[in-house]
Amino acid sequence: MYSTLFNFSDDLFNELENLQRHWVGRNILSNIRPVARGSFPAINLGSTPSSVEVYAFVPGVDAKSLDIQIDKNLLTLQGERVLQLPKEDSKLTVYAQERFSGKFKRVITLPDDVDVSKVSATYKEGVLHISIQRREETQAKRIEIQ
Amino acid sequence: MTELTKQTATDKTNELATLRPLVTIVEEDSGFTLTAELPGVPKENVQVHVENNVLTLEGEIRLSIPEQMESTHAEVSTAKYKRAFTLSRELDSTKIEASQRDGVLTLHIPKAEHAQPRKIEVQVG
Repeated sequence: MYSTLFNFSDDLFNELENLQRHWVGRNILSNIRPVARGSFPAINLGSTPSSVEVYAFVPGVDAKSLDIQIDKNLLTLQGERVLQLPKEDSKLTVYAQERFSGKFKRVITLPDDVDVSKVSATYKEGVLHISIQRREETQAKRIEIQ
Repeated sequence: MTELTKQTATDKTNELATLRPLVTIVEEDSGFTLTAELPGVPKENVQVHVENNVLTLEGEIRLSIPEQMESTHAEVSTAKYKRAFTLSRELDSTKIEASQRDGVLTLHIPKAEHAQPRKIEVQVG
């Protein structure tokens, strides 16, 4: 299944929506800050015993223009991506413009045990990776028996 | 279920398990410019190929993931991007130029010399 340069098939979108409905159907809890499907940027979250990992898929931005703030356990990511689209005229036709353009903001609730003073952020290949350490006292420790 | 239908079913699952890169497509006199978002895909993992007039873009995400990490929420749920486009005959697929920066792939697909527009004068007879 493929699209032509001029027409786009909706089949794949429908299939994805079905998949998503199936997937969401299993998750009864909704977030107080719900996000619409296809929100920009897409975010993946991961957890390790010592840290929380956030991956935001923000291709084609200047890393310096990204604003990351953590207040208590809320992480806010804001920025703006302006696409330089050439003006359509007699010599230029825009056939597809699916890419997001404009200001964006995403808010993520972090676990309570994060240490906001230990945060690192890197931007590589269009992915912003934020790593936040957990507080040491809440990490599981193995106790040696003397 | 016969062997053949089993195979088809698996192919279909694989097809669905890829992400569809978002694109911008612009046509000018000289050719097409296609911009595709492939965040997380290093240059060496991008594949662009043309076969039977079908242009296929593929890429595999490579993220630095710490050991022991468990995924807790995923809006990007598979690691592969794939999308294909049929090219029209006047495009010269042997001269496609590709560049990539910050997870955005830009392709320029020129039109063959003979296919570039010419203004046709109407003779008044």
